[in-house]
Amino acid sequence: MSAEMQKLDINRREFLIAGVSVAGGFLLGLPRVSSAGEAGSNTIGFFVQIEPDGKVIIGSNQPEIGQGQRTTLPMLVAEELDVDWSAVSVRQMPLGIVKTDDGYAWKYGGQGVGGSTGLTDNWDYMREVGATARGQLVKAAADRLQVSVAECNTKAGVVICQSRGAKIPYSDLVADAAALPLPTESPPLKQLKDHRIVGKQQKTIDARDIVTGKARYGIDTVQPNMRYAVIARAPVLNASVKRFDDGAARKIKGVLDVFEIKGPAMGEPYDILASGVAVVATSTWIAMKGRDALAIEWNDSPSATDNSEAFWQENTELLKGDGQVVLDDGDFAKAMSDAKTVIKRSYRVPFVSHAPLEPQNCYAFVQQDRCHIIAPTQMPSGASRAAAAVTGLPRENIRVEMTRVGGGFGRRLTNDYVAEAAIISKHTGWPIKLQWSREDDVKNDFYRPAGLHEMQAGLDDDGNVTAWTQRLASASKYYRRPNMPDKDLHGAELYPDDFPRRIVENLRLEYFHNKIGVPRGSWRAPAHTANAWVIQSFIDEIAHETGQDPLQLRLDLYGEARELEYTNHGGPTFNPGRLSRLATFVAERIGYGKKLPKGRGIGIASHFTFGGYAAHAIEVRVADGRLVIERIVAAIDCGLAVNPNAVEAQLQGGTIDGLSTALGQQITVKDGRIEQSNFHDYPLAKIAAFPALFEAHILPYNDTPTGVGEIGLPTAAPALTNAIFNASGLRIRSLPVSDYLKT
Amino acid sequence: MTTFRINAKSVTFDGDDSTPLLWVIRDQLNMTGTKYGCGIGQCGACTVHVNGMAQRSCITPVAAVADQAITTIEGLAPTDDELHPVQQAWLELDVPQCGYCQAGQIMATVDFLKRFPKPSDADIDNNLTNICRCGTYARLRKAVHRAAELGALPVAKGDRE
Repeated sequence: MSAEMQKLDINRREFLIAGVSVAGGFLLGLPRVSSAGEAGSNTIGFFVQIEPDGKVIIGSNQPEIGQGQRTTLPMLVAEELDVDWSAVSVRQMPLGIVKTDDGYAWKYGGQGVGGSTGLTDNWDYMREVGATARGQLVKAAADRLQVSVAECNTKAGVVICQSRGAKIPYSDLVADAAALPLPTESPPLKQLKDHRIVGKQQKTIDARDIVTGKARYGIDTVQPNMRYAVIARAPVLNASVKRFDDGAARKIKGVLDVFEIKGPAMGEPYDILASGVAVVATSTWIAMKGRDALAIEWNDSPSATDNSEAFWQENTELLKGDGQVVLDDGDFAKAMSDAKTVIKRSYRVPFVSHAPLEPQNCYAFVQQDRCHIIAPTQMPSGASRAAAAVTGLPRENIRVEMTRVGGGFGRRLTNDYVAEAAIISKHTGWPIKLQWSREDDVKNDFYRPAGLHEMQAGLDDDGNVTAWTQRLASASKYYRRPNMPDKDLHGAELYPDDFPRRIVENLRLEYFHNKIGVPRGSWRAPAHTANAWVIQSFIDEIAHETGQDPLQLRLDLYGEARELEYTNHGGPTFNPGRLSRLATFVAERIGYGKKLPKGRGIGIASHFTFGGYAAHAIEVRVADGRLVIERIVAAIDCGLAVNPNAVEAQLQGGTIDGLSTALGQQITVKDGRIEQSNFHDYPLAKIAAFPALFEAHILPYNDTPTGVGEIGLPTAAPALTNAIFNASGLRIRSLPVSDYLKT
Repeated sequence: MTTFRINAKSVTFDGDDSTPLLWVIRDQLNMTGTKYGCGIGQCGACTVHVNGMAQRSCITPVAAVADQAITTIEGLAPTDDELHPVQQAWLELDVPQCGYCQAGQIMATVDFLKRFPKPSDADIDNNLTNICRCGTYARLRKAVHRAAELGALPVAKGDRE
């Protein structure tokens, strides 16, 4: 093993099982460094470490952003390994990449979270890791007892051989097991009915550390000789530094250095979000004081005339023309002209910010030949690439450690804060912790795309929807992505196979891109967060306009359970029958159809997001211009709930996120400046906004799990605004709700 | 020079005494359980106790706590083995998701329960204003009621003289 690789090791006594899993995942093997007789803890692989006292440490190779991967994925390993969950603790693994002849390969499996893919991508892989480890332990026992493998079984960390009356704990076998060659076939996996851990409620494995203040996030990184840095970023989008005066800043005791940071030129990809001036100091607060003392002049920016009012006017103008037709099923024009009733509505979805409670930050130490990054990131490989781009170092010399993340929501898919920290460390030669303030975070973000959605539906004599179009003018999140031609910008905004495709035969999707200079990116449930609100509101409006019941109209449209083709993320199929089931369930739970007192109303919504299905039924009270949410019923169908406790948490959290955002959040632009700055003008909802009457249900469906991180969010907002209409007659077609009602 | 007690230990800070207590705790004392979320007292992630009462440390200059007793999340549990009932309730209901806000939520709740030992949901609505971005409020509300059930609130290690 080379010296370089050893530097990357967490524990020199570890090695990883080698082999290829049936899912195509590659488990890299490194030869064992220590001898079999070494005392102390026994290791069977990077993923699994078994202590002499029977405690098991399972590696977690994914970032933990609050979605519960640190608990759920090790559950899969523990299940197939066949150990007691109570004996398990979890250790975060760093980024693992190895150089190959033509690039880089994953060492610990694919690492990165987003798009609700964690479970779907790792369901087979993690179980195989556990089963492979168990297989080696069984083989080691069988060899020792000189019996066949078939005569041995396992139970809770012990290999049992009935025919010899022998029970050998795993910890006694690890040394031998580690020396065995790996099997060439994939191991058999447990049947659902034999699961002891998977499918049962398991609590968050790190909860005790969290409630005692021991859990460490990126912001908590402390390293030897570390200095603290903040950046004064351009207050106008896409502006650059003209000149700056750091005289006053440098007089402050503890300020160590001040220098310019160059952001990308207009139109170039965002390696970082903005130009600015970095201040390095002996503490965060002193760096912030130093920044306050800077006098900076900025160059004129091409975005200086960007403002929200103009943005919406431009979108309206764009929609008057012909856009890019990205889908054209059937004969839309004929179906519309034949239609007995035509319904047309427009909806406005604003920019919103991610606002994770831990503001962006990153630790970087750039040296001559190596770089160390400690970051709260969703994409550690992207962090490695960002650091490589800044430093010019080969990626195998860049060590990336992932901390716990104080909220991801898609913000930490990009690694711009990693690049910034690396720039500052490279410039100064010091280990640097870069800290963003809340104001930095609200004003510099890859915002959720804003858009104006024009919907039209044509209905026949019987009230059936025969034609449908969604015409969208928006600020695509693909803006300024490298290698992204204009004609592909729609791909981030409209998923052609979404409902109601193949249900309404004559369907047209049309796109217009608005080039406003606001950075945009992936915000929890990208596109779905906007489109579910638009579509589920529009369905209600169609129903009300034509005297149909909104729930029944949905059920009529969804039709029978069947698999429709779904080529966008979350496919390969979409079964609208699963939405019928959920919509019916939540409607029943909330008492849909019962007569309500004046001012009270119930709204429902259902949607398919990234492989999972969800529905909400919400009851509200509207009186004297004030909204109160009285009751929430949420339901999710994610196939198999691997950890029902975590699924419920994501459903509750997604509901609150969707509602909080719809209730009070928007990001607006004036004279090229983001107007909002902190939680006083970008209000996140507090506990008072949500009733105690809040149910979260899991409706199981089959044996395969789909993701849940984003699925519970998109249906909350439309259920809310549908309820508001039913309660008051007020139809909200522009978010947030607080523009219309006191919330 | 500002001297105060933190989790029953005496400390001295010799920097600018207008420095927010939050940053003294985090950067000088390297006690990272108390978090930075907004810096303007809006989110509550920085909540500590000053003489047993909840205070947002990001807007508390360290001068204001001279000779006072501070308790942080690290000093909440009565002993190293025993957790505070609020911490226990949080574990029972498995409240945290990302967990970043939870130290502040717990510190705010401990103080709240001193003032409202048997709180109604309306009491919770009117008094618990800490922000949770992940939206753990559903379980948090239940954990507050559960903590109230668990009853007797012990003296935090950090509150003792």
